[in-house]
Amino acid sequence: MTDDQLIWRIAGGSGDGIDSTSRNFAKALMRSGLDVFTHRHYPSRIRGGHTYVEVRAAEGEVRSRGDGYNVLLALGDSFARNPQEEAYYGNEELKPLYENFDDLHEGGIIVYDSGLIDEEQVEEVGLHEKAEENDWHVYPVDLRAIAKEHGREVMRNNAGIGVLSTLLDFDTAYYEEIISGVFDEEIAEANHDVIADGAAKAEEFDEHPDFSMPTADEPEETQALVSGSDAIAYGALDAGCRFIAGYPMTPWTDVFTIMSQTLPKFGGISEQVEDEIAAASLAIGASHTGVKAMSGSSGGGFALMSEPLGLAEMTETPLVLIEAMRAGPSTGMPTKPEQADLEHVLYTSQGDSARVVMAPGNHRECYEQIRTAFEVAYDYQIPTVLIYDQKLQGELRNIDASFFDRDPDPDPGSVLDEAAIEEAAEYHAEKFKRFRYDGEEGVSPRTVPGQKGGRFLATGNEHNEAGHISEDPTDRTLQMDRRLGKFEHIREELDAEGNQTHYGPDEAEYGVMTWGSQQDTVFEAVDRLDEAGHSVKALGVSDMMPYPVAEVSEFLESVEECVVVEMNATGQFRGLTQKETGRFGPKLSSLLKYDGNPFEPAEVVEGFESSVNGEELGETNMKYVPAAGD
Amino acid sequence: MSAFSAIGEQREPDEDEFTPGIEPQPTWCPGCGDFAVNNALKKAMADLGKNPDEVLLCTGIGCSGKLNSYFESYGFHTIHGRSLPVARAAKLANPGVEVVAAGGDGDGYGIGGNHFMHTARENHDMTYIVFNNEIFGLTKGQTSPTSPKGHKSKTQPSGSAKDPVRPLSLSLASGASYVARTAAVNPNQAAEILAEAIEHDGFAHVDFLTQCPTWNKDARQYVPYTDVQDSDEYDFDVTNRQEAGEMMYEVESKLYEGEVLTGRFYRDSERPSYGEEKRSTGEMPGEPLAERYFDEDAEWERSADSLIEKHT
Ligand SMILES: Cc1ncc(C[n+]2csc(CCOP(=O)(O)OP(=O)(O)O)c2C)c(N)n1
Ligand code: SF4
Ligand SMILES: [Mg+2]
Repeated sequence: MTDDQLIWRIAGGSGDGIDSTSRNFAKALMRSGLDVFTHRHYPSRIRGGHTYVEVRAAEGEVRSRGDGYNVLLALGDSFARNPQEEAYYGNEELKPLYENFDDLHEGGIIVYDSGLIDEEQVEEVGLHEKAEENDWHVYPVDLRAIAKEHGREVMRNNAGIGVLSTLLDFDTAYYEEIISGVFDEEIAEANHDVIADGAAKAEEFDEHPDFSMPTADEPEETQALVSGSDAIAYGALDAGCRFIAGYPMTPWTDVFTIMSQTLPKFGGISEQVEDEIAAASLAIGASHTGVKAMSGSSGGGFALMSEPLGLAEMTETPLVLIEAMRAGPSTGMPTKPEQADLEHVLYTSQGDSARVVMAPGNHRECYEQIRTAFEVAYDYQIPTVLIYDQKLQGELRNIDASFFDRDPDPDPGSVLDEAAIEEAAEYHAEKFKRFRYDGEEGVSPRTVPGQKGGRFLATGNEHNEAGHISEDPTDRTLQMDRRLGKFEHIREELDAEGNQTHYGPDEAEYGVMTWGSQQDTVFEAVDRLDEAGHSVKALGVSDMMPYPVAEVSEFLESVEECVVVEMNATGQFRGLTQKETGRFGPKLSSLLKYDGNPFEPAEVVEGFESSVNGEELGETNMKYVPAAGD
Repeated sequence: MSAFSAIGEQREPDEDEFTPGIEPQPTWCPGCGDFAVNNALKKAMADLGKNPDEVLLCTGIGCSGKLNSYFESYGFHTIHGRSLPVARAAKLANPGVEVVAAGGDGDGYGIGGNHFMHTARENHDMTYIVFNNEIFGLTKGQTSPTSPKGHKSKTQPSGSAKDPVRPLSLSLASGASYVARTAAVNPNQAAEILAEAIEHDGFAHVDFLTQCPTWNKDARQYVPYTDVQDSDEYDFDVTNRQEAGEMMYEVESKLYEGEVLTGRFYRDSERPSYGEEKRSTGEMPGEPLAERYFDEDAEWERSADSLIEKHT
């Protein structure tokens, strides 16, 4: 096997410590100088389902999950062994082994815990035949016994790391350093012993694989291993957000949790409330009172926020919401990623309502765009929604720690202080004019309860300059025009931010467009396509509303045809692009996937190639939808 | 120095201050009980020496929600049923602000009922006035959660088959620490009760009987009424949860037999407000959060300083 990258899968039952082990392992590889990227697959239940996490590592930039994988550490599902639960779950401890066969590369490596997975049962699932066919190297080791000898059974994960360190020839020093940081001395010692025993045990195998761990020089800059959720939460905190209200729902819960754990330390407030209508309404109430606030949810909860969202638009209360997509409709597949809530987020809520929507394409963009979301929301007094998905939420990636070293931005935006209220007193002779027609860039500065001289009425009814309910036709038209008119200024500001990411050669025959979490996977595919002799460039779009019409039009004009890659069944982003640009229908085709698993780079390559060659896609869950004029 | 100088300022009572300079044309029908709420609230605020700039009045949607239009203060006319979540966040964001929420019986006991239960449970230091006219006023007279059983309306043509909600009992069970009922026909008691409710350090719920002569065909005027505190017939301890509960049950039942009982039904002055609870567990800052955003010298924590290290 000649891979220069490791794509390692650790598979076990939900609750077998897969998450922490893979995180520690990824971090160890990161510290050794490799770039790392994780991909997490888990079922929507607490027990009785099998989970895996992939860690992809190589020298140089790793920006996506890989294609399949080359090393499997199959722990077996320890929870499936409970005799009482067997009745419900069947004999599932084998699943983490055989459910992972499909994606293992030729020449791949399997280490499994023979303490849990019976070697006879392994025959039943055809392991040895398959191993022969695919030239897999199989290493059964009683990891459980090693773990038990030094402590508790959960340590078997680390026994597995020890076995792999011998087989793949890597130094466990970084990993052990991390273990020492996590546990107290005694437990850390026991774990180190488990690793050492695992390593020694693997020496007993006659035949070792000819694949070894990629290596790199230690990084020049300190690296940080973060998830999309981490990046969003840290960006919000650095934007001065000190209030969050929410109701748990996967996958949004992650950001809510990080914020809830941090806000008290940062002098802020987190509220878990009765439902998502309340959550959004609390964020509105806090923001109205002068605090930078946010809320969020996933599709179902966001649906409940529809009416408060409109209230924020109408009362021009700054509001930042995040929407973490999972596969729908309805409860859908709670732990699987999808990008099918775009239209939901763009258009929900009655009337000619308008909000700003951004979709970050990777971890850095998560941090930067949530900061922009706060800036826009508080300057323009408008709701801003950051839309992302279960994939971006959970995947870990290393970035320079110094990336986060920035000034905080607590500026509450277009709000007056008492001195400014007094200065403006003349204009507001009768009553403070909260909703002036002549506001700069459509924005009329607001005041905050408790400030002397600033009182006004915020109402979801149409209103006049002073905030009083009014159905006067002229007033109505002026207020609508002013509110909607902010969009042109926001568009200019966002265009200047450069939220769209161009990739590949300047000139190319074909384009690939995508949005959100698929961006970096598409970019990896574009590299491969260009290397293979195609002429392709890519555009990852983040600004969903206002839409970057000029930039996208220029991109689309420059290519013959463009494939739009997105994780949904109806090509929502492609539709948005056609609607906003008003053209390009005949140039745009779609590569879609909505089976609960994100694209692998090779799938994008395959989809692109079959589209340009006019061939049918092979056996796959992807769909290709040709351009309108085809 | 506070950025909110209207808060806590000592001043002479002045009822007129709570009347808008340019008063909009009233949209309430002649004889509507809603006028009485407005008057009582103005009087209570003035008696307490409040400044309109330190008051935030959050309303729902309904005839009752129009209260903001005739009451001068900071106002937030929200959406149907959602005055409470907006209001309680304002209180968390700046505990100095005098927060009052108000809305109809449909708004508060129906569509917003879940928020009512949870806001009471949390015992936010705020006042909640429910304009209870036993009807959906604004949408033209449909049966509401407090309409009596058998109540006929366009949407319940054969008479409602539902027992009405028991708002006082619901409030007590949910966790409100002050529960009272007053009526539009009793302006002095109403103003006194509202003042008590505003002064109470916790969630104070006032069920305010407001007649709707336009749609409530039974045309209940809530007279004659009895103030249970003034009557020899009723003797119970408002600080005793069990006695209060029994009294409320009786009061709620009697209303549908045509007897109007008003007064204070429950008070717990010991229970800490939600803000106090949250501060004691370290989950809310000691200083009002809103102040920080107006303080140029405020220190702002950064993720880079304390959060990134664990990721390296
Ligand atoms: C979500 C939503 N549903 C329905 C309505 C229509 N609506 C407005 S007020 C109201 C009921 C009003 O009754 P109540 O809350 O008792 O207030 P009242 O008018 O009696 O003061 C309804 C159903 C609305 N505005 N919003
Ligand atoms: S409809 Fe009834 S509640 Fe509404 S304003 Fe008229 S009298 Fe009052
Ligand atoms: Mg009503």
